[in-house]
Amino acid sequence: MSTLLVLVIVVAIGLVGFFLGRQRAISKDDRSVKAHSLPHYHGWWVFLVSVLPAIIFILVWAIGSSFYIERQAINSLPVHNSESVIASQSLELGMVGGIARGLDKLTDQERANLPTTFSELRPLLSSKGVALATEGQDFMIPVAVQWNKSTARAHNIGAVVAIVLAVAGAIFGLSGVNVRTRARNNVERIILWGLLAASTIAILTTVGIVLSMLFQTITFFQSVTPSSFFFGTVWDPRFSAAGGNGAQGQFGLIPLLAGTLYIALVAMLFAVPVGLFAAIYMAEYASRSVRSVVKPLLEVLAGIPTIVYGFFALVTVGPFLRDISAAISGGYPFIMAQSVLTAGIVMGVMLIPFVSSLSDDIITAVPGSLRDGSLGLGSTRSETIRRVVLPAALPGIVGALLLTASRAIGETMIVVLAAGVAANLNINPFDAMTTITVKIVNQLTGDLEFNSPQTLVAFALGLTLFFITLAMNIFALYIVRKYREQYE
Amino acid sequence: MNLMTERSLEKAVNDKMSAQVNTIKMQGKDVTVHYGEKQALFGVSLDVPEKMVTALIGPSGCGKSTFLRSLNRMNDTIEGCKIGGKITLDDEDIYNPKIDVVELRARVGMVFQKPNPFPKSIFENVAYGPRIHGLAKNRHELEEIVEKSLRRASLFDEVKDRLHEAGTGLSGGQQQRLCIARAIAVSPEVILMDEPCSALDPIATAKVEELIDELRQNYTIVIVTHSMQQAARVSQRTAMFHLGNLVEVGDTEMMFTNPTEKRTQDYITGRFG
Repeated sequence: MSTLLVLVIVVAIGLVGFFLGRQRAISKDDRSVKAHSLPHYHGWWVFLVSVLPAIIFILVWAIGSSFYIERQAINSLPVHNSESVIASQSLELGMVGGIARGLDKLTDQERANLPTTFSELRPLLSSKGVALATEGQDFMIPVAVQWNKSTARAHNIGAVVAIVLAVAGAIFGLSGVNVRTRARNNVERIILWGLLAASTIAILTTVGIVLSMLFQTITFFQSVTPSSFFFGTVWDPRFSAAGGNGAQGQFGLIPLLAGTLYIALVAMLFAVPVGLFAAIYMAEYASRSVRSVVKPLLEVLAGIPTIVYGFFALVTVGPFLRDISAAISGGYPFIMAQSVLTAGIVMGVMLIPFVSSLSDDIITAVPGSLRDGSLGLGSTRSETIRRVVLPAALPGIVGALLLTASRAIGETMIVVLAAGVAANLNINPFDAMTTITVKIVNQLTGDLEFNSPQTLVAFALGLTLFFITLAMNIFALYIVRKYREQYE
Repeated sequence: MNLMTERSLEKAVNDKMSAQVNTIKMQGKDVTVHYGEKQALFGVSLDVPEKMVTALIGPSGCGKSTFLRSLNRMNDTIEGCKIGGKITLDDEDIYNPKIDVVELRARVGMVFQKPNPFPKSIFENVAYGPRIHGLAKNRHELEEIVEKSLRRASLFDEVKDRLHEAGTGLSGGQQQRLCIARAIAVSPEVILMDEPCSALDPIATAKVEELIDELRQNYTIVIVTHSMQQAARVSQRTAMFHLGNLVEVGDTEMMFTNPTEKRTQDYITGRFG
């Protein structure tokens, strides 16, 4: 029985329970007492008590039984090669799993007279479209057979228990249906728990991301000291052959951090005035018809994938700036095609809609009575904006800019294509610099082992980046919230 | 007792005299206002005499606020608003394209329904107008203007120790008087008030009414109000609006004791509105 079928059966039981429960509530209501809940609430309550426990059980059982079966398989693997026991064991386990999946595809007859050696089994499985690595061993075959057997058994037990749970839940729910049963309140409570679960998932995911990066980062810091990472001024990870222990390389964060902040700064210098002025125009000057056209157009910019901005920078803006600089200096281009300036300007274009849209909302939120007050005193529109509207909106705008800045810092695709990969530490905006995100991409792409500092450094970089943007976002939200309190 | 009668006698005489002597400060002739398709005013002609309080009364949506807002062209800020007819200030057409709107609003100040102090200090709130119009040559003059305006709005004594605290931290009545001080600070000739007491409690209302009565010495005031009693207390002339038309205008005393129009009588006695 497949899991999907079990789910369908459970839901079907729940639906039957729903109709029975509703029917029962209707028949019990003889109008002598005021019914507490409408009939459909009784129906929903029966549905929920029959379906929810069963589904939760299916989930828990699926995770638990697969753990159990894996442990069982590990125990039945012969112990050998004590040196690197974890690596080879997990490798062996992976192969056993592969064989087990392959065996599933065989016909019953083929399974009955299974070849006993791996070299015979391999061509048989590859004829079924299951490719296996060549290093398989003969002893893996019985383990895989056993694996499949226990999986099937666990599955059947799980299915039976789930269905029994569903039926029991339905009976329990139906037996409770009464005129004065508070089905409505019960359903309400379950809705509350459901909503709570949804928000918990979002938070738990964040925690999970941080934890997964944290463990890899700790492993990284076992081979590289934190001080040489955080305060090192040279980035030279020196890729060595996989498994080789020779070259260590230097993992200095400073050049990357400097590049990240520099490019973000150039982007903000470009995006903030343009975005803010666009927002002021839209909020204060534009007539409704202009606004209804210009605003969506500007927001189209926000919908362009950043990789598209990236090659816009690479093939258009970069060469353009280089040629212009060559024309100015008379031959020698002092702006590189890949440079801080190129990446910054294109990223700035990307950020314009964020700045303008967020600032527009904040400026519009400034009460109209303040504008009236200022205009009524005989000030012009721009005086009103400069002296009343913007000061009132300033905390909110600062918050919006911080949110935008944290986006600029975390931006990847534009800088990968437009900023260059050289980890320079300089202040010339016409030179190439690189960013944390670019280096994360560099370190993680390619054929790599996940246990050398060369790759693990990506997690340390990622975690650093995460904390920088997190700090900025928290600060921004704090400011925005403080601003909101002022007018509500 | 004696003093009281003397003073009230004096007031009555003053009222009488001013009613006769005062020249016309602002004048509306066949004023029509459209908000998009909807017409809000249908040819209103109304004179505003100098250094008097003119009250505009009438039920909600009768166009009294619309008329008020067209006196300093605040309606210009509303999209799709069209104004016809003629409005003059000292016999000058204020809708003449050559008129500078900003300058006009400095001459015809406005106080709004809800107190709307800027999120700045009390001092900066009052200094806002003088700064924009360059009325003070130096800091000392600016301080003088601020103090004088706050005194005229009878707020100075209450706030003199905290001039540099936020204006939004004052009570509702104080905020409204701050807004009046702010309007006075640019030395307007006319002050328009759009239901200035509707957001205030009775005590704050009494203070603002008292203030309006004092301001009459120096300024021409037009006030929109929902409250009959208020119109009776503070104004010398009353104009009654209904459904975008001017029903009747006359001396307040006469309007409340002996209105010529039946609609005015019905409204004043509370039969509709």
